[in-house]
Amino acid sequence: MSDRPPGFSTLAVHAGAQPDPTTGARATPIYQTTSFVFNDADHAASLFGLQAFGNIYTRIGNPTNAVLEERVAALEGGTAALAVASGHAAQVVILQQLLQPGDEFIAARKLYGGSINQFTHAFKSFGWNVVWADPDDISSFERAVTPRTKAIFIESIANPAGSITDIEAISTVARKAGVPLIVDNTLASPYLIRPIDHGADIVVHSLTKFLGGHGNSLGGIIVDAGTFDWSTGGKYPMLSEPRPEYHGIRLQETFGNFAFAIACRVLGLRDLGPALSPFNAFMILTGIETLPLRMQKHCENAKAVAEFLAGHPAVASVSYAGLPSDKYNQLARKYAPKGAGAVFTFSLKGGYDAGVNLVSKLQLFSHLANVGDTRSLVIHPASTTHSQLDDAAKVKSGAGPDVVRLSIGIEDKEDLIADLEQALGA
Amino acid sequence: MNHDAYPDNYIRGILNSVKSIAMVGASPVNVRPSYFAFKYLAQRGYDMIPINPGHVGKDLLGKPFVASLSDIGRPVDMIDIFRNSSHIMPVVEEALTLDPLPKVIWMQLGARDDAAAAKAESVGIKVVMNRCPKIEYGRLSSEISWMGVNSRTLSSKRAPAPTQGMRLSLNRMSVGGGDTAASDRAAKNKTEQS
Repeated sequence: MSDRPPGFSTLAVHAGAQPDPTTGARATPIYQTTSFVFNDADHAASLFGLQAFGNIYTRIGNPTNAVLEERVAALEGGTAALAVASGHAAQVVILQQLLQPGDEFIAARKLYGGSINQFTHAFKSFGWNVVWADPDDISSFERAVTPRTKAIFIESIANPAGSITDIEAISTVARKAGVPLIVDNTLASPYLIRPIDHGADIVVHSLTKFLGGHGNSLGGIIVDAGTFDWSTGGKYPMLSEPRPEYHGIRLQETFGNFAFAIACRVLGLRDLGPALSPFNAFMILTGIETLPLRMQKHCENAKAVAEFLAGHPAVASVSYAGLPSDKYNQLARKYAPKGAGAVFTFSLKGGYDAGVNLVSKLQLFSHLANVGDTRSLVIHPASTTHSQLDDAAKVKSGAGPDVVRLSIGIEDKEDLIADLEQALGA
Repeated sequence: MNHDAYPDNYIRGILNSVKSIAMVGASPVNVRPSYFAFKYLAQRGYDMIPINPGHVGKDLLGKPFVASLSDIGRPVDMIDIFRNSSHIMPVVEEALTLDPLPKVIWMQLGARDDAAAAKAESVGIKVVMNRCPKIEYGRLSSEISWMGVNSRTLSSKRAPAPTQGMRLSLNRMSVGGGDTAASDRAAKNKTEQS
């Protein structure tokens, strides 16, 4: 075989997976077991001391989950990954490695409402303080940096309006501040955007969305880009200082460019416990095999639906970065040339009541709180996903009271347009 | 040799051909990376020689400590240096006085000295910097995939079931996999700044 690097679709099918050494099974087996036997006492001690590669207990690692981890690491261009029970769990595990009580992190104001809520309330009780910045104004990130800043968090394609974030500009701010840039790449998937190529140090996903893709399994994943030097200035003691849990091992020194993924596994997942079920890992892996095909169809359908809505008399505005007239179209051309994703919002001239009426009349679109399913989905963010925010914050995050969010599936686009037409028309 | 990103075949060729490895800076403390890299490589069948002047008279996993490279008293294929970048040059200079010369000089994760590397390469010695042979062995055998690490290899062939103490095959039929170019670039930038 040539030295030619394999393409994205080949990695989506093969990376991390090999025929099972024992049985020859070609599909990745579901290792539905809590624990793994040791060869002898010395082997057990070596595994517990992080001195040997191998399996101990599924809360620390599992062979099915490991295939998923390597596959997503390969698709994102990272050095290693760690799969956990959900995207929210992934965010807790990441920040636990980076922040001490009293520290701060800067987050883009345009985020999934659940993340805004987690950062504002749950993390406050850990003493992790979020400072908000405006992704449309890069200088607001610069102004938010203080000596206590430990990380910057953004979404590549931001929920709910599908706006595109200038990852490179914000990575420059992060580099200058000496902190890692964390990018939630859930709405893009690595097929549309690979944030590491644009300066991200850590990538996080809700696997529940486009990667799994079928709306059947929760999961989250953390990808280590292997780009950040954790040793400088003692700012990240979880990585740079001797760990008492592991007899004084220093993770960066021992694991080099995948030390962050190891820290998330052996200090985060092991001690906080949000393990991913191997069955879910199997379902998500199966989904990833068709990620390129699905994303092409999702984007093609989304563009057609956005164009239809933009031309409809009952629609006040459409926010989809794939439309040439959209505010984020230039950024979409730069960061997501294959397509601007399939989650976007629009607003109706009839306001809130018209939105409620539309949702009730749709026959194919499902009214539920998820995105990135094969099925097309609809929701009213102001009363659901973003309901915990006050009115001003709703508008700032793109979830004003007149806004409806769509997640476009892989059905025939003519049927989606016909469903919207009948619901808008009457 | 481009020391920012090594081709898999270069690393595979080294790990498949060397039999004896002298580890400079090997530690008897069982939580030090040099200790468990030494142990791992010994378990995989390499003839390991611990070099540490502070522990002469004792042994490491049954192998007697030797004070310096010059004191080994027999040919050695590879020298694995577990020292900071600032302590690399004297070790390489001593290695260049050995007869026969070692075939490979390997500097551990975090250690890089381009001038020392150039000196060794000028007399035909292969050099690897800022890598760990244990990690590279685990990566090319795909054993490290248990840890969710991007092995950067793909294969549709069934691997032998690993058993205790066996020498894992590094000759898996594999093609290049996912790249980690961003990490290589970051390491290069760090070297250029220092």
